[in-house]
Amino acid sequence: MLSIKNLHADIDGKPILKGVNLEVGTGEVHAIMGPNGSGKSTLANVLAGRDDYEVTRGSVEYRGMDLLDMKPEIRAREGLFLAFQYPVEIPGVTNMYLLKAAINSVRKHRGIEELDAREFLKLIKEKAAMVEMKQEFLYRSVNQGFSGGEKKRNEILQMALLEPHLSVLDETDSGLDIDALKIVAEGVNLLRSEQRSMVLVTHYQRLLDYIVPDYVHVLAGGRIIRSGGKELALELEKKGYGWVEDQAAA
Amino acid sequence: MDNKKLVMSNSEKDLAPMLQRDYAEGFVTDIDSETLPPGLDEDVIRTISEKKNEPEWMLRWRLEAFQRWLKMTPPRWAHLHHPPVDFQGISYYSAPKQKDLLDSLDEVDPKLLETYEKLGIPIDEQKMLAGVKVAVDAVFDSVSVATTFKQTLLDAGVIFFPISEALQEYPELVKQYLGSVVPSSDNFYAALNSAVFSDGSFVYIPKGVRCPMELSTYFRINEMNTGQFERTLIVAEEDSYVSYLEGCTAPMRDENQLHAAVVELVAMKGAEIKYSTVQNWYPGDENGKGGIYNFVTKRGACRGQGAKISWTQVETGSAITWKYPSVLLEGDDTIGEFYSVALTNNYQQADTGTKMIHIGKNSRSTIISKGISAGKGQNAYRGLVKVLKGAENARNYSQCDSLLMGDQCGAHTFPYMEVKNPSAVVEHEATTSRIGEDQLFYCRQRGLSEEDAVSMIVNGFCKEVFKELPMEFAVEAQKLLGISLEGSVG
Ligand SMILES: Nc1ncnc2c1ncn2[C@@H]1O[C@H](COP(=O)(O)OP(=O)(O)OP(=O)(O)O)[C@@H](O)[C@H]1O
Ligand SMILES: [Mg+2]
Repeated sequence: MLSIKNLHADIDGKPILKGVNLEVGTGEVHAIMGPNGSGKSTLANVLAGRDDYEVTRGSVEYRGMDLLDMKPEIRAREGLFLAFQYPVEIPGVTNMYLLKAAINSVRKHRGIEELDAREFLKLIKEKAAMVEMKQEFLYRSVNQGFSGGEKKRNEILQMALLEPHLSVLDETDSGLDIDALKIVAEGVNLLRSEQRSMVLVTHYQRLLDYIVPDYVHVLAGGRIIRSGGKELALELEKKGYGWVEDQAAA
Repeated sequence: MDNKKLVMSNSEKDLAPMLQRDYAEGFVTDIDSETLPPGLDEDVIRTISEKKNEPEWMLRWRLEAFQRWLKMTPPRWAHLHHPPVDFQGISYYSAPKQKDLLDSLDEVDPKLLETYEKLGIPIDEQKMLAGVKVAVDAVFDSVSVATTFKQTLLDAGVIFFPISEALQEYPELVKQYLGSVVPSSDNFYAALNSAVFSDGSFVYIPKGVRCPMELSTYFRINEMNTGQFERTLIVAEEDSYVSYLEGCTAPMRDENQLHAAVVELVAMKGAEIKYSTVQNWYPGDENGKGGIYNFVTKRGACRGQGAKISWTQVETGSAITWKYPSVLLEGDDTIGEFYSVALTNNYQQADTGTKMIHIGKNSRSTIISKGISAGKGQNAYRGLVKVLKGAENARNYSQCDSLLMGDQCGAHTFPYMEVKNPSAVVEHEATTSRIGEDQLFYCRQRGLSEEDAVSMIVNGFCKEVFKELPMEFAVEAQKLLGISLEGSVG
């Protein structure tokens, strides 16, 4: 699904990613943990194609394609989804409108017939029910006046609608209350399948109780310094990052 | 007219290359026309008046306006920069050659018909789809070349005539109202217009009549070196209603061209006039060469109790826009509204806004202004809310939002308030935001192209104004906005 090799990326000439290697197989769920400022969001944004970041070395292969060569919208249409750490507000544009434009651009790209208003309405109502989102949110401006948790839930709604091949969730659990966390996790688990892969960026073991990852990685100082199974997250929770950082330095 | 390019700084070389805006209306119609040589004096005015076979009082009115104009100077207070206009370098009258009186469209020059077809303007009654009837007055340079549904409207009591024809058929009616809202002494451009105006539309809705269809006028400048000076006068008698639309286009030329119009609206007791504009004059090229100078005076008077006047404008064209559609809230319980989207891209400049003058008790006004600046565009909102002593319980709400795209454009807000009655409540809100890389990236991450994302974000920003436009025009306006912003990001 995704193969990242020796990825280096700068922002404003400052190196942030310094040689990331990561293999995500089809159907796998990977968790990425790591201290603040270590480059987790940078990695997520580079994968999604944000152009503030300059890739200086390395390669990323996504479903047999050279990911770094694709425009952000093409990556999205090819099934790469990023749930943002800080979803933006778009005044005057209803959630419905954005979602319909999104799904139809994906369908068009894939040569599937675009949904008309009625078909779309049916589908979106189904998905909203799945993430227990009230329908009024569909008619509100994108994320405008949404609470932190509502914004995150809106990201999951979009993911559920677009049914991506690879989802990168950047701290989707941060700022959620316990009930919301469960709902989001359920949404993710419903999408989890043999065909789909996920990368979860998180600071908390808590999320991983609900979404059990196949692999856990620690990103620190712009590199993955340790990888393991789901037990690694538990160990990190107990011992903190200092422990792996020291080991890596040694 | 002065053809000098606008002064440019060296820093523009750093500007990321922008795509040429695709101005589909920029073609020229090759047609024989009768054009007066450039220059303005009393003889020119006499000639115009004679050509139109005007009554004597009309000529006198024009000449008085001309005398006033000679003593006036162009306003300098606007946030606009352009070389001075050479008023002696312009031709003040140009008309396509054709028979004087046309009984049907069959007699209209096919080249003109083709022009309007290309512009997508329905001037053939037969070809119109059932249900979406809009009556059209098509003004080409200085004259009206076709007016549709005249008879159908007359049957309902509604007069929808080119103003030159109304002066023949209903001279008393025109005389009664012409200049009653915008006197020729009002300002430099209004005085000029009063002296030389050549055509425009006249609308009269009798008491208690709801105009059975939308009325519209399309202004087209075609001839080189001519100015267009049209005059529109709409009178809505007691308890009547009319919705009127105007659209404007012009060919792409390297020279600047002048357009100085006057629009007067009169709404009697309980009457409502809804006036919508989609202004798409040629804006000039990406280097600021060419484009229309648009100096317009628009004003409406709510003369009777409960009258309502609503201005909605979408201004995407012109090199220079100077216009302030205003409402005189004379009667008690009157309502004035101003909804505006003004977009400036490349080197376009706009200084636009409104004046709401509260005279009657319980008069209310709403101002929603959305300014969008891209490229090196400069966009200024200028508004006056004036509450006179007698305007007990007057209310105003103003909201001015500016959206910036890129870091070389500018947005400016100049709200003025004069409140002479302590019971009045006047509220003003203003915001300025930058179209975010964040917003664009978010939309693209969901699969939208960059262009679709920009157009969606900008349309979202303008939503409160677009919803005031008649349906078909709202769709037009959205498309226009998308086209006008093409190439302004990335
Ligand atoms: N636009 C920017 N300009 C300058 N530095 C930036 C910019 N964006 C990110 N950085 C820096 O890059 C580093 C990595 O940031 P990133 O957001 O990837 O961290 P993170 O691992 O996601 O942290 P957190 O856990 O707090 O979300 C930080 O030091 C950050 O300050
Ligand atoms: Mg982060």
